[in-house]
Amino acid sequence: MNKKTSPLSKIYMVLIFLFLYAPIFVLVLYSFNASSSTNVFTGFSLKWYQALLKDTESVKALYNTLILAVASSLIATVMGTAAAVGIDALKNKYVKSGVMTVTNIPMMNPEIVTGISMMLLFVFVGKLLNITNVLGFWTMLIAHVTFNLPYVILSVMPKLRQLDRHLPEAAMDLGCTPAKSFFKVVMPSIMPGIVSGMIMAFTLSLDDFVISYFTTGPSFQTLPIRIFSMTKKRVKPDMYALSSIIFLAVLILLILVNIAQLRSEKKAMKKETVEEV
Amino acid sequence: MYKDNMLKKIVSAPYYLWAAIFVVVPLAVVIYYAFTNSSGDFTLDYIKTLGNYRYIFLRSIWYGFLATVISLVIAYPLAYIMANSSASVQRITMMLVMLPMWMNFLIRTYSWMTILEDTGIINSLLQRLGLSPVHMINTSGAVILGMVYNYLPYMILPLYTVMSKMDRSLIEAAEDLGAGKFTVLSKVILPLSLPGIASGFTMVFVPSVSTFYISKKLGGGTFAMIGDVIEMQFQTSYNYNLGATLSLVLMVLIILCMAVMNRFTDDDNGGIPA
Amino acid sequence: MKKLVSVLAASVIAAVCVSFSAFAFDNEEYYDVPELKGTTLNVYNWGEYISDEEDEEYYMFDVNSAFEELTGIKINYTNFASNEDLYAKLKSGGSSYDIIIPSDYMISRFIAEGLIQKIDMNNIPNYKNVSDKYRGLYYDENEEYSVPYCVNTVGLIYNKTMVDEKPTSWSVLWDPKYAGKILMFDNPRDSFAVSQKLLGQSFNTNDLTEWRLAADELIAQKPLLQGYVMDEVYNKMESGEAALAPYYAGDFVCMQEINPDLDFVYPKEGVNRFVDAVCIPSNTQNVRAAEMYINFLLDPEVALANAYATGYETPNKVVFEMEEYADMANNKYLYPDEEINTEYFYDLDDATRNAMNTLWNEVKANGDNSKALYIAYAVTGALIAAFLIYKAAVKKYRESFYDA
Repeated sequence: MNKKTSPLSKIYMVLIFLFLYAPIFVLVLYSFNASSSTNVFTGFSLKWYQALLKDTESVKALYNTLILAVASSLIATVMGTAAAVGIDALKNKYVKSGVMTVTNIPMMNPEIVTGISMMLLFVFVGKLLNITNVLGFWTMLIAHVTFNLPYVILSVMPKLRQLDRHLPEAAMDLGCTPAKSFFKVVMPSIMPGIVSGMIMAFTLSLDDFVISYFTTGPSFQTLPIRIFSMTKKRVKPDMYALSSIIFLAVLILLILVNIAQLRSEKKAMKKETVEEV
Repeated sequence: MYKDNMLKKIVSAPYYLWAAIFVVVPLAVVIYYAFTNSSGDFTLDYIKTLGNYRYIFLRSIWYGFLATVISLVIAYPLAYIMANSSASVQRITMMLVMLPMWMNFLIRTYSWMTILEDTGIINSLLQRLGLSPVHMINTSGAVILGMVYNYLPYMILPLYTVMSKMDRSLIEAAEDLGAGKFTVLSKVILPLSLPGIASGFTMVFVPSVSTFYISKKLGGGTFAMIGDVIEMQFQTSYNYNLGATLSLVLMVLIILCMAVMNRFTDDDNGGIPA
Repeated sequence: MKKLVSVLAASVIAAVCVSFSAFAFDNEEYYDVPELKGTTLNVYNWGEYISDEEDEEYYMFDVNSAFEELTGIKINYTNFASNEDLYAKLKSGGSSYDIIIPSDYMISRFIAEGLIQKIDMNNIPNYKNVSDKYRGLYYDENEEYSVPYCVNTVGLIYNKTMVDEKPTSWSVLWDPKYAGKILMFDNPRDSFAVSQKLLGQSFNTNDLTEWRLAADELIAQKPLLQGYVMDEVYNKMESGEAALAPYYAGDFVCMQEINPDLDFVYPKEGVNRFVDAVCIPSNTQNVRAAEMYINFLLDPEVALANAYATGYETPNKVVFEMEEYADMANNKYLYPDEEINTEYFYDLDDATRNAMNTLWNEVKANGDNSKALYIAYAVTGALIAAFLIYKAAVKKYRESFYDA
């Protein structure tokens, strides 16, 4: 590993990251604003962080957002991986492309259409079953799983295609059950696809507002919905404070993960060198 | 072998059921609404009024296209640089690309307003440097910038994935055979990264065309996009039928655009390779 | 991830623990209903439209937590963005709310469509606190369906340093001098209201030709606008980004605290006054708890906190007389000395509403129909075609080698 990044490349990367992080710097800055403006900086204060501690609704909304993102991405990952395996095994070309077209729909469909159409469906079912409050956590979970699925399937499929078909067959010939051959042989080689699909699903779910807005009811409010409904009144800097805290938390988490990875890599390297000696 | 295939069919069955109920049925609902009026009778009235929205459709698709092309141009070199960096740099940059997406997109768009306004951060800086201010907010440029900003990571990720998997020996072979830098790029790297371009294109183009929050906040509501008009039908006018009609047309147009794009990349099923 | 969740959970607990200081509410035994303890109340309100944090300077506290503490009833508090939004949610029938807070004209529609139910005022002892001025208004003449929550008036906010002289008329929003510095409401009813008054119309006209004229005014105004806004009006007026904007008086008071250059007038042609009132939807699950909540909102301590949190006038006469309310009662913008020319929104009939929405579509879609876009499409189309032909040609050329 002696790849060096040229200075020009470094400048380019810095510029892009400056672009990606500019609004985040701004919101961190304004979260320390002394007044309730998110545009006029009147002085330094921590009052919005204090206000946030007492803003039970926003903290609850954040908690709901996280629960929903975790649950929907996990379900979508399991179901989507299984689906990808099945689709990959389809022999009939036309059936396969038909299934892929349906899979692509939630990605191609504008979010608002997905949201509305699912709401109409849920309400219809609710009326059939005579439930007046059908919209809530479960409908939202179904909606999130639905739009997460294609991302999982489409990141697992290519890995399956790259997989050497003979490997699982060989495993079975050597006495593995199909299930065992899947978990021992197929799974490890498609793991990167599964993980990136899951991360993608989690990210999308975390940030989704349009679909959530239409499929949620009184019992469950996520952060994006709460922020969007602040239309008559202002978006207060405590939302910025909350975002800053999320930013910091995720940053720390990612740094820790990185350090852990680096350590395990170093260990592996050491082991190798020792063995060589 | 037979048993294995059976098993594969069984494990994917829940998904087929799920897709049928939650993807196909809602789609049928949209089509139903598009061709009926508020009392449920068949009508083509809404289809006939589509001409009024011609310009908005054209504008939305054009802005979405521009945003996608700009994202591609920006993301391509970045993904290339990332893929050719040391492992630790790759990890850190990947993390930096993902991180903004974990923060609320409404809030990030909100803070772009603070940056771009006439009295905003950029213009205050320009003034302090003695330069004349530039009007940015509420222009089409600001809307496109908002799209590029929000969806850039969705372009970077698939490009990076494809490029980091690229067989380096192919590039070396081309170089050994006397290809110049440009030839290597156009004959080897570019064709190999086509699947990444295709999925990046989809993931930026679709949300850009149908966006409504960005145009509201950064375009000042004066650049109505098709997403705005659709949202208005559902949330303000309570005209589900017109909303559904517009959605249906938007879907068809997006699929057409994707079909044209697929001609460029010839990806076998238009998917995202990861 | 687990760590993050537990940190959050801890902060929720901390927040719950610190937020209670001793408040004395009227008639506290009224709230002690054992069989309601542990039940849930779904409250659907505008965003940022309730006192939800502690601020001693403004007599504010977390109203919902206080109610939960007092009654043992759990509140599910969620927000909507506009009356029409609320209507769509309620009409779709997918959710059941126990408390909603629509505006006057929407209450008429809810009553007409049977979406809200009569409230038994006997169960709401604090109803006596409602000022006579806000009882039996046109949308609920017999005081059966709604209990007033907030009252406010639209006016014209302007920046003294950017506008030459104090405006008196809505016509200043059509003055080319201020091109690019004017904001308008981003919803049809409020935007039309401005141009309707400019034309001397009523907000509630059924005459479609009048609506057409009002739409033409808005289309004529569009090139002068900086944008159609709602909540962004705060930032844009406070920073001096825009010079003129119609918005609510109560919100202006908050903006002026940050930018003292701002001033406010009630244009002579007339303005919209609105009442947001608390209602109970027909499909509610918990009527008793809803009544208790309404009673709680009418409690002087609570209504005072909410008045300061929203910045809007209180319809609560006890609060109005309170010393703590003096800051607001003496505010000449909220309570002007001179008579202002106001009109309420009435619910429009279906035909008029549809016409208004179609016209609003037209207003929003209008403008910038330049030929440039068509040229851009033509050029791009040509480039794509050229590329595809080139690609096909190259392919053929290559294939010719294999054939040979």
